[in-house]
Amino acid sequence: MSEAEAYSYDADMRKANRKQAVEGRSVIFKIKRCDGPGKPTRWESFKVPIETGANVISSLNWIAANPVTVEGTKTTPVVWDSSCLEEVCGACTMLINGRVRQSCSCLIDEYAPKEGDTISLEPMGKFPVIRDLWVDRQRLFSNLTRVKAWVPIDGTYNMGAGPKESHEQQQMRYALSECMSCGCCLEACPQFTKEEDESKWDSSFVGAHAISQARYFNEHETGKQLKGERMDALSGAGGINDCGNAQNCVKVCPKGIPLTESIGSIGRSATMHAIKQFFQGKK
Amino acid sequence: MADQKRVIVVGGGLAGLAASIRVAEAGMAVDLFSMVPVKRSHSVCAQGGINACNDVARQQGYSEYQHFDETLIGGDFLNDQHPVLEMTNWAPKIIDLLDRMGVPFNRSSEGFRDLRLFGGSLFKRTHFAGATTGQQLLYALDEQTRRFASEGKINMKEFWEFLWPIIEGEGEDARCVGIVAQDMRTMQIQSFRADAVIMATGGCGLVFGKSTNSVICTGGAASRCYQAGAWYGNAEMIQVHPTAIPGADKCRLMSESARGEGGRVWVPAKKGDTRKPADIPDTERYYILEERYPKYGNLVPRDIATREIFDVCVNEGMGINGTNQVYLDLTHMDPEYLTEKLGGILDIYEKFVGEDPRFNPMRIFPAVHYSMGGLWTTYTAGDYQPDAPISGFKPGDSIPVGSEPGQGMKVGAHNNAMTNITGLYAFGEVNFAYHGATRLGANALLSCIFDGLCNGVSVVNYVREGGHTPAAEIDQSVFDAAVKQEQDKHDNLLKSTSNGTGDRKFNPYQIAFELGEEMNSASTVVKTGPGLEKCLGKLEELKDRYSKVELGDGAMWTNQSLSFTRSVGDMIIIGEAIAKAGLLREESRGSHYRTDFPERDDDKFWKASVAKFNASSGKSDVEFVEVKAGLVKLRPRDYGKTESNAGAKKEPVGAS
Repeated sequence: MSEAEAYSYDADMRKANRKQAVEGRSVIFKIKRCDGPGKPTRWESFKVPIETGANVISSLNWIAANPVTVEGTKTTPVVWDSSCLEEVCGACTMLINGRVRQSCSCLIDEYAPKEGDTISLEPMGKFPVIRDLWVDRQRLFSNLTRVKAWVPIDGTYNMGAGPKESHEQQQMRYALSECMSCGCCLEACPQFTKEEDESKWDSSFVGAHAISQARYFNEHETGKQLKGERMDALSGAGGINDCGNAQNCVKVCPKGIPLTESIGSIGRSATMHAIKQFFQGKK
Repeated sequence: MADQKRVIVVGGGLAGLAASIRVAEAGMAVDLFSMVPVKRSHSVCAQGGINACNDVARQQGYSEYQHFDETLIGGDFLNDQHPVLEMTNWAPKIIDLLDRMGVPFNRSSEGFRDLRLFGGSLFKRTHFAGATTGQQLLYALDEQTRRFASEGKINMKEFWEFLWPIIEGEGEDARCVGIVAQDMRTMQIQSFRADAVIMATGGCGLVFGKSTNSVICTGGAASRCYQAGAWYGNAEMIQVHPTAIPGADKCRLMSESARGEGGRVWVPAKKGDTRKPADIPDTERYYILEERYPKYGNLVPRDIATREIFDVCVNEGMGINGTNQVYLDLTHMDPEYLTEKLGGILDIYEKFVGEDPRFNPMRIFPAVHYSMGGLWTTYTAGDYQPDAPISGFKPGDSIPVGSEPGQGMKVGAHNNAMTNITGLYAFGEVNFAYHGATRLGANALLSCIFDGLCNGVSVVNYVREGGHTPAAEIDQSVFDAAVKQEQDKHDNLLKSTSNGTGDRKFNPYQIAFELGEEMNSASTVVKTGPGLEKCLGKLEELKDRYSKVELGDGAMWTNQSLSFTRSVGDMIIIGEAIAKAGLLREESRGSHYRTDFPERDDDKFWKASVAKFNASSGKSDVEFVEVKAGLVKLRPRDYGKTESNAGAKKEPVGAS
């Protein structure tokens, strides 16, 4: 199985599982645990009764209230990150059976339809673990600062409406705007590697999410004022040239954001940017 | 000279971010505390849109004033009138600002901002960005905040939990001078000085167990301010959304357009019938709304649908398999038609439930959605002071007041959106002022951003001109005492891990579960005197059990259980205020429906309930105070009855 295939969602298989889900079953959750940075990791398993509509979150809730392993050992509730549980905030991202996704939209019927089936949960591997399944994704947000992912408005005082925009342009931008900073694209990317040293973040690969956000703001009438600065950031070390074109990002994006189109578009902008700089004698 | 004064903002949703931007823009240092990266705040969940008068509607006879009038009638006249007028007057300018920030609002073919129809109005006044308006607005403010943070103007404190407001002085002189907060990773508890503190901590859905709220919406922060002496207004006003998808972890909204497009609501006619829905013949189904309301059938207004579904399940025990669920059935319709008309929302159902609603009836139930009540706040009224309140305004009438800033509230007055504690402000959902007894769809996002932008100026003025001793010069002992109080609470919880009776009744998750069950059944859709009395009794029991709670995790690092357990105690206290205010309000108004007092009683209860925490009894003292009105005359809220059918049909999108 290629890496890309490993990351693609097998929708048919999940649908088939759903149909044969056994009522009243219990499922084993095998969870990779770690008490904190620098602490050893260990696996713990929990047997969880599955109620109708159960997902990974409700199962973790059950474990929190009943923190006893399959061996009967009392342990601590599992720590994980979550907020909206509607797949719009991005918080509850983790590896489920080895693949990255949000845990709130992960139905147990689709992953473990039979009595005693096992589901494994692990923290994302590209970010430092804080505890158990909770990772520190500060670098992901820091990379948004790196590409100046904002519109440079003059201020918040009343100065009339923003620029007019065609329906087509809005639709194109809207598709990019749904990025919830979950980090799936980074987890799946061979070029984005774990970097705990904050001083190296600005020269390490910026990631598909930030490249796509740069495009989002470059496409806005006011946002494009900063296009030059964004392209400076994306032309240097860890910028667009570090993309290895594995195309895993677009396959794992839960929002279906056209990340490879964004990478292509920013790549062309980077070329234009370089030519412009050459003629301006800057490089 | 650099301004040494600082403002603390607690909460990074729309209200907190708008406030942070506004205060930072004025050149004042901001420390922004949030339990989650601010981009993951609950505002992200809002789907429908944001209301504002606009050029097209204006030419059709709409106005800011009418938006104001609609908000009051929507709120059954329990709103404070002046802040609502100021808010609706600002609304078009707020949309313009968001537009400038790059929010991808939907566009008309000519490239103007597109509009949609929403509940409570006959005019198109709702601006939207796809089906994720809240997400798009939050992101726009998040981006501006990131910009300010990168310039060192906003100091981000993400993954920090607010524990307590630090208050110096007693009685009238009491003034908020900072907060105690805890780093959720290292568990370090620390005090932070501030010349003003803005609470922008949202709602309290988790008090009701499963709601449409995010897991962070415990109401814990508001409860801590309440216990520290801040008053809590209209606690009993909790909005319930009629059609939510009950999940094992939370409830998710199902748009009301499913009913509008022909969805039928039913339960098996025989109690305890466990057959699959498809195996139950039509004659053995109880079509609740069609049988109870032959004229309007499934298109009855929201509050009626909510009450009847609730009644059938909770009071008659006829929910599907004895659960609190009924069918919302579209399977009699052409699947292709459904895909074309309702594709997006049917996909959401399938994603989270794992069933295709084109072929299986959906299972739905009403769910707690929004808290109109919150920390009590005050303000200074603006220039518009009519001799007599306006009676029965209609579209086309001459508009009694202009839309320039300062008509409703005096912009920049120090006390706007300030709680009864000087220097402690409440913005957004945690502010009780705007939505009265029910909130109109697509007004929530507006009130959050309005609070931040308009009342952020008040905070800056208060800090600069208030004449108070700078927080930086206040004696350290004030801060140390507050830290000690919280450290002691924390350490006691940690110690409870070794109590080890293992008795389930002291398990914090079990206590929270029972709290949610009780609050949901007694204090949401249908309330009665005896039911609320019983609820208060149950809360006493839970409070007692909570005092012996046993924590399941004694870790000194990233102890999530501790944070949750601490908030459970705070949720019980807010729950008590909600139930008690509901018990004392012997009338029905907006979202508050008492079967034993089914009519609105203006003589006795055209008043805001104000709960004050009694530290010696540990309970709420509730009094009723005059609603700040004077602009619009009280009138019956009757549009539901005569226009319900048309309204339900026309409405493409439910309140969210």
